[in-house]
Amino acid sequence: MGTTLCLASRERPSLTDPARSPFAISELTVSYGEKPAVLSIDATVPAGSMTAIIGPNGAGKSTLLKAALGMVPRLSGAVTVYGEPVEKSLHRIAYVPQRASVDWDFPTRVIDVVLMGLYRELGLLRPVRARHRERALACLERVGMADFAARQIGQLSGGQQQRVFLARALAQDAELYLLDEPFAGVDAATERAIITVLKDLNAEGRTVICVHHDLATVADYFDHVLLINVRKVAEGPVATAFTPENLQKTYGGRLATAHIDQLKLPAA
Amino acid sequence: MLEAFLDALLLQAGYNAALVALGAGLLGVAAGSSGAFLFLRKRALVSDAIAHATLPGVGLAYIVMVMLGGEGRSLPGLLLGSALSAGAGLLAVQWLVARTRLAEDAAIGAVLSVFFGFGIVLLTVIQNMSRGYQAGLEGFLLGSTAGMLFQDALLIAAGGALAVAFTFLFRRPMTITAFDPEFAATAGIDIRRMDLAMMGLVMGVTVIGLKLVGLILIVAMLIIPPVTARLWSERTEHVVLIAGLFGGLSGYLGAALSASAPNLPTGPIIVLIAFSLFVLSLLAAPRRGLLAGARLRQRYRKSLHRHQGLLAIARNDAVRNPATLKLLRREGLIGRDGTATEKGRDLAATAARNEKRWALARQLYTDDVQAGGYDGSRPIEELLTRDAIAQIDERLGEASRDS
Repeated sequence: MGTTLCLASRERPSLTDPARSPFAISELTVSYGEKPAVLSIDATVPAGSMTAIIGPNGAGKSTLLKAALGMVPRLSGAVTVYGEPVEKSLHRIAYVPQRASVDWDFPTRVIDVVLMGLYRELGLLRPVRARHRERALACLERVGMADFAARQIGQLSGGQQQRVFLARALAQDAELYLLDEPFAGVDAATERAIITVLKDLNAEGRTVICVHHDLATVADYFDHVLLINVRKVAEGPVATAFTPENLQKTYGGRLATAHIDQLKLPAA
Repeated sequence: MLEAFLDALLLQAGYNAALVALGAGLLGVAAGSSGAFLFLRKRALVSDAIAHATLPGVGLAYIVMVMLGGEGRSLPGLLLGSALSAGAGLLAVQWLVARTRLAEDAAIGAVLSVFFGFGIVLLTVIQNMSRGYQAGLEGFLLGSTAGMLFQDALLIAAGGALAVAFTFLFRRPMTITAFDPEFAATAGIDIRRMDLAMMGLVMGVTVIGLKLVGLILIVAMLIIPPVTARLWSERTEHVVLIAGLFGGLSGYLGAALSASAPNLPTGPIIVLIAFSLFVLSLLAAPRRGLLAGARLRQRYRKSLHRHQGLLAIARNDAVRNPATLKLLRREGLIGRDGTATEKGRDLAATAARNEKRWALARQLYTDDVQAGGYDGSRPIEELLTRDAIAQIDERLGEASRDS
């Protein structure tokens, strides 16, 4: 799908160069009322990585994504996508919000939701043609939902709804995929279907960033982590940054040491 | 009466009545279709604030026009004034929600009543000012078609057509914004502007509908047709289309009806017709209607009986529940002697397999959105994706090997 251009280079130096990063944040601060939700976070996501944003509840993970995308006002901070301001780069990004954020009784069918992913192409007036429908169906096929295309979205289970959201993002054919808790409250089959698609996207050279809550699967699913709890605690490859010490710092007393020992951590 | 109504319906009841009927029809289409997006964005009540906030504008515009030596009753001038004060009311609601701790419902209530009260004060002042001379501004409260001029009707028709065109043009971004504003913001839609456009559209419809149905009842034209349309369809385009259709129908029929008898007020009749369409739809609509709901519940009870009966057959148990027995007999699943027919045994085997699958599905699925679907009354293929079924069958295979 012609997006490998910017992602060809995987050499070490370019990985930490914000100008080539698909998602670089500097000094990002967000406050709700008189409490900071995100405080002065810097992060440079390497091109072609599978990055997890991890932290306890209320650590500002979702807020970080929303503020970076301009949905929540930023108090300070800059966000760049391949060196360009994020506001000018939204067409290179596909964002998958939390499932709970929409009204599932809305009068729309599965296929219509996926077609929303083609809005940039269709614009206000261009008619939806057979090839658009075929593309939307192909995206549904990738997440195993083609049989459900004509269903009203409210008839789906939570996991199926999440798959539809992912199919809509696939239709956007973006270079950078941002997902907010894609595995929250989904069944095992859906989790497997979603991670397979995400890994395929990643193999095609696209960068994937997920807000993630399940520490047990971090090492299996991701190669890069950003640990935050309002502030940044650690950032880097899973092998070096996803350590018991960093997790203890991120979660504080909320994560028992015994629990950390049971986690599948990278070989120290 | 009936003859007069038919004449009005066929636009034969005189030039003025025909104009009013056409204008009301177009206004209904505009109000229904634009109101549909407001309803889907869950901001239907905002239309109430907008409508009530038009009144001070009408009064002020009249006073200004009289002070400038004009007639005071010019419809375009009054509508311009009402649009300005409706805009001020809308801004007031938005400011209250954004800058204070008031929730939107409270903000709407506050703005609506204050603007309306101020408007009534202005109307009283004007009444006293003009001493016996009828300014006719009360007509804006409940609508009045008496003394409507050709250019007034033209203004309403043109405004309605414009609103319909605008709704059609922005249907896609308005749909996406209403369904998923967070996604919309990243898909190249400026949701703040889109909301503003939606509100502007509703404001426009309200203003052009003031003369015809009045500010109190225009809200009904914005809300009732979309709510009715939602009963009939699960697709946004269709909901918008049907809402426009029902709105137009109510407007046209209502205007014709009120023209066919003396002293039947146009606005209230239009609203009553819209309401009748709503009641009919509530009863008769497929799936979401009350009758369909009762039928679905009936079918569901049957499917539960069938399922339980089939499971009993699969276990070689006797079916004891009389209702279950009756259903199985009627469907030819068990014979007269109470033993299962071939068809019954086949279906029982399927039911037993699905029951095993569901038992495992209940363990595997932490997501309980469809917990109600796990009773085995519906085919598993309708509820689960193929890979999920494959995963369950794989586990079942393992389980039977283990045992």
